[in-house]
Amino acid sequence: MTLSILLVVSAALFCIGLLAALSRRHAIFILIGIEMMLAAANLNFIAFWRFAPQPQPPTGVMVAIFAIAIAAAEAAVGLAMVIAVYRHFRTTNVDQLDQLKG
Amino acid sequence: MNSWITSNVWLIPATPVLASLLILGFGKSARFTSSAVAVLGQIAALAMSIFAFVPTLHSHSFRAIQNLNWFTFGGQTLRIGFVLDPLAAAMLMMIALVGLCIFVFSIGYMSEDKNFSRFFAYLSFFSGAMLGVVVANSLLLLFVFWELVGLASYLLIGFWIERPSAAAAAKKAFITTRIGDMGFFLGILWLYHASGTLLFYDGGRGCLENVGLLALGASATFIALLIFCGAVGKSGQFPLHVWLPDAMEGPTPVSALIHAATMVAAGVFLVARVYPIFAVGAINGVTTSLTVVVWIGVVTGLMAALIAVAQSDIKRILAYSTVSQLGLMMVSLGVGGVAAGIMHLLAHGFFKALLFLGAGSVIHGCHHEQDIRKMGGLRRLMPVTFGTYAVGMMALSGVPFFFSGGWTKEEILHATANWSHSHAPHYLMMIGVILTALYMTRQIIFVFFGGKRSGSEQAHESPSVMTIPLIVLAVCAILFSVVLTPAWPWLESYLTGHPARFDPHLLLQPMIIVSLALVGAGVSLGIWMYRRADGRDPLQQAQPALFRFLENKMWIDEIYDRTVIALSAILARLSDWMDRHVWDGLVQDIGRIGQFFGRVTTSTDERVINAGVDEGTVGAHGFGRLMSRRHSGQIQTYLGAIALGMLALVLLYAWLG
Repeated sequence: MTLSILLVVSAALFCIGLLAALSRRHAIFILIGIEMMLAAANLNFIAFWRFAPQPQPPTGVMVAIFAIAIAAAEAAVGLAMVIAVYRHFRTTNVDQLDQLKG
Repeated sequence: MNSWITSNVWLIPATPVLASLLILGFGKSARFTSSAVAVLGQIAALAMSIFAFVPTLHSHSFRAIQNLNWFTFGGQTLRIGFVLDPLAAAMLMMIALVGLCIFVFSIGYMSEDKNFSRFFAYLSFFSGAMLGVVVANSLLLLFVFWELVGLASYLLIGFWIERPSAAAAAKKAFITTRIGDMGFFLGILWLYHASGTLLFYDGGRGCLENVGLLALGASATFIALLIFCGAVGKSGQFPLHVWLPDAMEGPTPVSALIHAATMVAAGVFLVARVYPIFAVGAINGVTTSLTVVVWIGVVTGLMAALIAVAQSDIKRILAYSTVSQLGLMMVSLGVGGVAAGIMHLLAHGFFKALLFLGAGSVIHGCHHEQDIRKMGGLRRLMPVTFGTYAVGMMALSGVPFFFSGGWTKEEILHATANWSHSHAPHYLMMIGVILTALYMTRQIIFVFFGGKRSGSEQAHESPSVMTIPLIVLAVCAILFSVVLTPAWPWLESYLTGHPARFDPHLLLQPMIIVSLALVGAGVSLGIWMYRRADGRDPLQQAQPALFRFLENKMWIDEIYDRTVIALSAILARLSDWMDRHVWDGLVQDIGRIGQFFGRVTTSTDERVINAGVDEGTVGAHGFGRLMSRRHSGQIQTYLGAIALGMLALVLLYAWLG
């Protein structure tokens, strides 16, 4: 297990997540994509911490756990928004949601 | 082979979970494959359970543990592990065997359901999680499996999601058990704080071994009571029992597997597993926490037995009977009869699964009629179901000598009689035994005897894929009694680690005569009361007020509606009002201040600055129009722009070095 393998995995995870967020039409899949990108960022964080010259015991894990907790909150808010959007527009297809249009 | 499985116990829960994932992968149309994979996974789990059971026979107090580090957090290492001891091995055998019977039964019962394969995926998932609860060697790991079991239960109660009542029942079960689990989780945190480990056994350093127990000290009572909260929720004990009867909205095999034989027994198992924490500082085997366990069990046992007498849904009677039997097990654990409680749990697993599957067969045969007042005369139409149901009924009522339930109930009565604190639970449990015999006799008379009624006109015997599991379970319910008799208390010695002796003189003890008399009294009272019942309930005619009180489950649901639920509704409405009027008003007022300043600046703006800026805006307007074409309103376009921008920044950074 070297740092570069972890970074490649994390980069791949990030790209998959980005692709999902960009190409899926269902709001929930976009949320899933965003979660994957967050996971990739977490993985990067842990990897750099783990392979740091002098890893301080709790710091890296602490930040990652913090990020996971925030991601959970974000997912809850995101899903609630999807439900609210669905109730309002009767669809979760993001192609049909263009209220942000300038 | 034997040593291989004892050091890889995790494979037993892993196999059904794997089967479940495979089934989900196959998709909806692979009906036969799904059931085959589920049954094969369960057979594999059963085979491994048997292999794991064999080495536990060789030595008394056998215990194999394997612990591993889950993760390190600063100076703390969180460890989880698996354990194989007589308690776990006996539970493994029961769960795997009963589970297998129910899987096979489900092939027949669910044959016309359009979500057949999803059902088997959930069943396998449940089975894996339940086996995991049993072999966990860490309270945290046990809690993880415990919650997975709760999730499986939620999914399966709400399996017929298109029925609003099933969806509501699933939600009620999940939320009610969550209340208990909250306490359980607090107990886990406190235990970790006090003892520094959540492993049960760790070569003398676990939280159930001397060092850990000494570290607990006086906090043991509170920790035990918090853990007991979880058991109260999962095992349907008063006051959190309300979800279990509603859970009967799920398919009947689910009621048999989860809400009768295995999952609801997890609470009893949990108390038995962490019994040393309950027993810290015991004087004559009595501690505060154990006394609470006894009285909760007594209240639950009697209350549920009384309610069962006045129910008319065949499954709800069995559900309340389950609640009542779980109360009995709790009483047994609380008075110190751990082995008796676990023996009753195992025996109950067999005969209650049998009764539920029998009820499923009756419901299937009567074309989904569940009201016992509309059944009748099924004795001739469904002979196999009747025969096996009668075995289950006698085992549940506790008929001595031939049926497993008789011996275990006698053991429990024995344990309560020896409790030094009070004799009240002993006599109250005797009343419970009479009531059990009474309501089971009532059910049998209504369903199987008398003439045919509206629901049973078209009844037919179920196919053999459903009757064979019934016969297997009935044989188990009878044969299991061989290892339970006081003359040769093999199972008790297996669980406690004391060697067993064969002594036929112990077969006839005074307590056996007492339980024979109690069961006889219950059954004859039942026959006398319901001998002429023809679709109407004699108790209802004689005591309408009492009957209504019991039929409505002592109005506990209504009391919860008026108190706990009403209170939270009031709180929600209060917050809503605060939001609308207080906070919103505050925000509006701040907004008005802004508006005032805005008006001041507008007037200066319009008169002083506007003229000069007007010229500039024409250019900005054109640019704005250009940019607004990029604003399609599609969030994914925006996201793409962000990604491109980030890519550009990365490239710039790479280029500049």
